[in-house]
Amino acid sequence: MGKHIVVDPITRIEGHLRIEAIIDDNNTIVDAYSSSTMFRGIEEILKGRDPRDCGLLAMRICGVCTGTHYQRSIEAVEHAFGVTIPKNARIVRNLIQGALYVHDHVVHFYHLHALDWVDITKALEADPKKTVDEAFKWAKIAGTNPWVADASKFGEVQERLKKFVKQGRLGPFAKAYWGNPHYKLTPEQNLLAVTHYLQALDLQRDAAKMMAIFGGKNPHPQSIVVGGVTCVQDIKNPARIALFKDLLMNFRRFIKQAYLPDVYMAGTMYADEALDGTGGGLKNYLVYGDFRLDDTGFYNSKLLFPSGIVLNGDLSRVIEFDQEKVKEDVTHAWYKGDEALHPFEGKTEPNYTGFGKKENGIAYLDTKGKYSWIKSPLYDDHRVEVGPLARMVVGVAKKDPRISEYVTRFLKNGNLPVKVLFSTVGRTAARAIETELMADIMVEWVDELAANVAAGDISTWTEFDFDTVSKDAEGYGLAEAPRGALGHWVKIKDGKVENYQAVVPSTWNAAPRDYKGRMGAYEASLIGTKVANPEEPLEILRTIHSFDPCIACAVHIVDTKGRELGEFKVNTSCSI
Amino acid sequence: MNREHLRGLFSAKSARVNTNKGEEYYNSLYKRCKDRLEELKKLKPVNNVDIMEVLEDEGINRRDFLKWASAMTATLMLPASFTPLVAEAAEVMNRVPVIWIELQDCAGNSEALLRSDGPKVDEIILDIISLEFHETLMAAAGHQAEEQLEDAMHHFKGKYLLFVEGAIPLANGGVYGTIGASGETFEEHLHRVAKDAAAIVAVGTCATFGGVPAAAPNPTGAVGVMDIVKGKPIVNIPACPANPANMVGVILHYVLTGQIPELDSLLRPKFAFGYRIHDNCERRAHFDAGEFVEEWGDVGAENNFCLYKVGCKGPMTFNNCSIIRYNEAVNWPIGAGHGCIGCSEPDFWDKYAYERPMADANIKAPTGGVEKTVDEFGLGLLTAAAVGIGIHAAFSAVAGKKETCDIEEGDK
Repeated sequence: MGKHIVVDPITRIEGHLRIEAIIDDNNTIVDAYSSSTMFRGIEEILKGRDPRDCGLLAMRICGVCTGTHYQRSIEAVEHAFGVTIPKNARIVRNLIQGALYVHDHVVHFYHLHALDWVDITKALEADPKKTVDEAFKWAKIAGTNPWVADASKFGEVQERLKKFVKQGRLGPFAKAYWGNPHYKLTPEQNLLAVTHYLQALDLQRDAAKMMAIFGGKNPHPQSIVVGGVTCVQDIKNPARIALFKDLLMNFRRFIKQAYLPDVYMAGTMYADEALDGTGGGLKNYLVYGDFRLDDTGFYNSKLLFPSGIVLNGDLSRVIEFDQEKVKEDVTHAWYKGDEALHPFEGKTEPNYTGFGKKENGIAYLDTKGKYSWIKSPLYDDHRVEVGPLARMVVGVAKKDPRISEYVTRFLKNGNLPVKVLFSTVGRTAARAIETELMADIMVEWVDELAANVAAGDISTWTEFDFDTVSKDAEGYGLAEAPRGALGHWVKIKDGKVENYQAVVPSTWNAAPRDYKGRMGAYEASLIGTKVANPEEPLEILRTIHSFDPCIACAVHIVDTKGRELGEFKVNTSCSI
Repeated sequence: MNREHLRGLFSAKSARVNTNKGEEYYNSLYKRCKDRLEELKKLKPVNNVDIMEVLEDEGINRRDFLKWASAMTATLMLPASFTPLVAEAAEVMNRVPVIWIELQDCAGNSEALLRSDGPKVDEIILDIISLEFHETLMAAAGHQAEEQLEDAMHHFKGKYLLFVEGAIPLANGGVYGTIGASGETFEEHLHRVAKDAAAIVAVGTCATFGGVPAAAPNPTGAVGVMDIVKGKPIVNIPACPANPANMVGVILHYVLTGQIPELDSLLRPKFAFGYRIHDNCERRAHFDAGEFVEEWGDVGAENNFCLYKVGCKGPMTFNNCSIIRYNEAVNWPIGAGHGCIGCSEPDFWDKYAYERPMADANIKAPTGGVEKTVDEFGLGLLTAAAVGIGIHAAFSAVAGKKETCDIEEGDK
């Protein structure tokens, strides 16, 4: 007789997520269910608006992936209008989104994910001097010097923690899973990671500042418009470009000297889990592709992250991506419908059936029936996972020279076989590999921008005749948010948005079961995981966090206006 | 209506923020603050840390700290003589427990809090305030997270500041948002946690006025905190997201005076929302000179001209972005060449957030329904602007009459 556990709220994520798991007598997860419990209705709100204004509103889908929905929305409209943006605008957008990547990945690792690997209370037992040795050890594996190599600095952090713990109330660190046997780092390693946790909290403001230099502010930048960007002054001014580069170089150093070494450390200490494939899940990976590297225009440019699909972790075969093959199924989502439909044809008939049984004040999901506001997207009838791991896997399978180089180097330095990638640890490592790659290429981009402006090109916007192009158009903005494949689809009629839809990373990853009863990516990744203590969902958090959930993005919308659910039809499908 | 007239409207004395309330007022306020701080110092700190020690660890000396305190004093619209008190208040901020809940949100305000540079976020979390509950940052999840919330509410009954991020969906019995193992709705959750709060701070435009989810046609029946919570002092810090300097300002003001700051008619602190963006805009001279960006990327854009004609709603929007900016003052939307979208105003998605001047836009009524062009409203470009400004002048006049909302600590 197993245990049925409910974890709600899942914290250290964006949005509202519930996970239920069935754990057998050997403390192994044998079944799992993922459910989103909040929605807002943004796609419905976008209908009828001027397509040029949608980006700003669509951006508010998410304040964590801030800017990425903005850009996707604007690009969907540009695609519909056939507008190609100037070179400066392309580079600025890449830099804004690149800043988001490095910011998001670092904040994710340290502030949303690290406490699944790091026991901060153990850091109190550490010897600051030995912590220096530890710092050198992992930095050396990463081929660099440590970010902090000063025992007094580690001592200070420890003192600060001691005081904090002594006064009794632990604030955000209270009632956590400290002491759980599935924490595997030594006291020194914990102190090293906690030191970086605090420093990253400080440094992430610099990465956000990078976005604000060309974006106006962060979160929610405001300088992208249909046809280009507005920050002429900022690109014209060499001091602004220099400031951007300065901040980038320092943040890049942190990535190489702290983040990468910490991931080697976690990867090594948790190597058993990586090698036995804990958290591997579906092993099917999808990438829409992103970061245009030239100005040939929509879906013709060479991309930093190539699109494609890899199935069953088979790196010898890549399927080319075709957006026509994206479908959404609603068998286990709170909507009516019995066949999977493409986003452009999707229908959404809400059918909220609520929770199943209630016992002892706990409401359980009705897992036989419908149990989430997230639909189940399918690619050519496959369940797939998206995100940094998918981008690295597809890049390697496609023999992309840059991605292959970074992935190979990481595995070689860490003395790790390729198969460790297909695990919770691998997902976390792939994100770190990608962060280093992004920080490096951003240096090239910022130089490219400076050179282009210095050569006299300050154009930032492509003119178009709105009345003509907006009569009857449709387009899509397909790209990659930090946490995975993100697409906005828009239909425009007589200057207004007729239909608007988005299929986003956490729709792919957090989805419930599909019409064949096949699990979504989160659900599949939990199966087989051993938990140390069923009362403490540490291992569940570790694997779910490795996907970097962003649930506000993923939830479907409906138009209800206070009417009874299930009694009306709306034409949106998909996921906000 | 001619340009002269328009200029007159824009350059009229705005907002009626009384920045000089006279010696007598400030003397008595000074004494009150002093007493309040003495009281607080007697309280057992939630976090037993000395902020100066922490700042020194971080390489910040007393002088830098006082510099920050004097900037914050100015932000709070207090005379310079209050600087030492603001510094002291920062040192005893660790007596204020904070519970932060997220409802129909995008976590943008939580992210904004992470960008706070004065004080910096690690200091805020570890040393300054006692952040008892915050879903995006806290280590515990599930039952343990719920226990932590219960514990904090019980332990600091009547004393905690409740920060709320996100709107509350009311349609269909609130099924659009549930939280916790029991499947409690956001509305129930908010009422439960608000009950024993000393005061509520609604951060961001969703928690204040409904924001994005409440934009037409408001599919989930989303509302702001003040629409459903009654009988509690509420401070609204709108904007999308709210500026972290204003969040810290409200906490400091509370520590300093034991009161929530003086508010306008929309419950926004006047220290932050007493002026229009337009009043202190760096591009204002170009407005006055009639120099406008006519379309993106044109010669006007290259020369920093006024963005009014490409949709800037700075003249209609009350906020301090043009003074304190964002991300350590590195930039702000108008600096980056895009007009203000009015994000600290109610219904801004339906009233202001488009790239044309008001009169040029298709205005979608907040109630849904058929949108009307300005021609149908019968307004020309300039009159529409004037109407907008007129409405806001009226707002500020009303706001000017509203007095400070006094609350004593623990007084519900």
